[in-house]
Amino acid sequence: MQGLSSLRFNLRFALLALILVLLLLPPILNALPAGHPLRISDFVVAVTGKWICYAILALSIDLAWGYAGILSLGHGAFFALGGYAMGMHLMRMIGNRGVYGHPVLPDFMVFLGYKELPWYWLGFEYFPFAMLMALLVPGALAGLVGWLAFRSRITGVYLSIITQAMTYALMLAFFRNDMGFGGNNGFTDFKDLLGVPLNTPSARAGLYLAALGALLITLLISAHVVNSKFGRLLIAIRDAESRVRFLGYDVTAFKLFVFVLSAMMAGLAGALYVPIVGIINPGEFSPGNSIEAVVWVAFGGRGTLIGAILGAFSVNALKTWLTSFAPDLWLLVLGALFIIVTLLLPRGLIGLSWRRRT
Amino acid sequence: MKKGAALYLDGITVTFDGFRALNNLSLIVEPGELRAVIGPNGAGKTTMMDVITGKTRPDSGTARFGDHDLTRLDETRIANLGIGRKFQKPTMFDALTVFENLELALKAPRGTLAALHWRLSGEARERIDEVLHEIGLTERAKDRAGILSHGQRQWLEIGMLLMQDPQLLLVDEPVAGMTDQETEHTAALLRRIAGQRSVVVVEHDLEFVRALGRKVTVLHEGTVLSEGPIDQVQEDPRVIDVYLGR
Repeated sequence: MQGLSSLRFNLRFALLALILVLLLLPPILNALPAGHPLRISDFVVAVTGKWICYAILALSIDLAWGYAGILSLGHGAFFALGGYAMGMHLMRMIGNRGVYGHPVLPDFMVFLGYKELPWYWLGFEYFPFAMLMALLVPGALAGLVGWLAFRSRITGVYLSIITQAMTYALMLAFFRNDMGFGGNNGFTDFKDLLGVPLNTPSARAGLYLAALGALLITLLISAHVVNSKFGRLLIAIRDAESRVRFLGYDVTAFKLFVFVLSAMMAGLAGALYVPIVGIINPGEFSPGNSIEAVVWVAFGGRGTLIGAILGAFSVNALKTWLTSFAPDLWLLVLGALFIIVTLLLPRGLIGLSWRRRT
Repeated sequence: MKKGAALYLDGITVTFDGFRALNNLSLIVEPGELRAVIGPNGAGKTTMMDVITGKTRPDSGTARFGDHDLTRLDETRIANLGIGRKFQKPTMFDALTVFENLELALKAPRGTLAALHWRLSGEARERIDEVLHEIGLTERAKDRAGILSHGQRQWLEIGMLLMQDPQLLLVDEPVAGMTDQETEHTAALLRRIAGQRSVVVVEHDLEFVRALGRKVTVLHEGTVLSEGPIDQVQEDPRVIDVYLGR
């Protein structure tokens, strides 16, 4: 029994190490001279970088859903808010290089007749401030929604619906021009980050490695949380919430803690995602995005951390491949995937490797 | 009101959609007492436990534990006052091991940060081993709780109660579905536990209540019908009428 479980642990660890080593390859092989047979294109680096951000988002969902049983169908909103915080910084960094050449105001504000920056844009010219907001704004929103919901003991499908409504409401709000976030066009045409032009190889490699580093850090934090007594309490709350109350634990505080942590991780993922893809718009808030991210976690195997990462990469690889020739089929395939996983692979991909367990 | 009563219920009434689950119920359990509560289905036994543990708020009446008004506190606060509860259906964390279940129940700081930084001390490990021995599950410590037999699950839940080091234990139908041998073992376990703590046992099984050999309270339609030693209660005509006589 002991031997078997440590073998499983080692298998998991080996798989994780393999994924991380493989993820180091794209920027290295991208640096090879053009025409070299092993060279990886800029496109592949950008796409893989995007998937790494998705993997962080998946990890954050797994922490809340896989361990604490909080099925959030609104994590895309935390991701998008983090993205918008980074986008605001990138917009401020354009400076007077915009189409209208205004020294302070982004193009869309000039176009809409703004005279000065709205107060909530102040400070975003500083990178550390923007990064801090990318964590704090999603964290604060999760804190508010979580506090209201967990305190009233709203769980299960009701909580999922509330989080869906949250992301939908934010989408509608961000579509409005007078919100001051660029309406339906969002932010784009970014120039540089920390003084490095975004269209250079070094910026591409830097952003990629930053995302990979963030994935590693968030994975370590998550692993620390789930392997502590805190993590065992999350599992206990997931399986028998009221029993945990009768043991004298404040369930609301535990759920709130993990939900806020999870939202901050999602915000970080969004902040890293925006400079890699070069655009952020209200579409990122669309309810479908959040549901898709939950499917990654379910597909990879929830409650395992590594399964979430595996799921994010495999489902997105499938999506990129499929949408290159049959984009209309994607939603059908996604739905089918979810049904197949639910019926045949309740433990996800990761469950395949240790089927024999009990 | 008797002085120093561990648990004091007076005139408790609970109504669900017009149905009186508890009707002017009064009950006093002394510190260190082992009390059996019996009664037919629907007599209000589980509702009484719900009131004591803060799961249900009474419509009227007083529920006190020492100096604390139980009707104003939630489950978490009441648990931390030292009232532990074992549910009718054994409820534990199936995905965790027997040891981990006891570890979560162990009396220790209950905050989020305390849980993040928790390290199992030698003292805590000894306490867990002690309880494992007491409930006879030392051999199963590393097994997941989900694979235990029914009787073992009942004992694990009693063990979790002991880890909380409560002053009052509420035990709901501990021997339902147990073999005779397991039932005897459980009665002995509860008798050992009582003395340092008060124990209230809700049970259908009269043989088990007899094996406990202590004061018995009979509930019927949400109120106390009779109270006393088992032999006296069994001869009470009202009890024979509604419960024992069939």
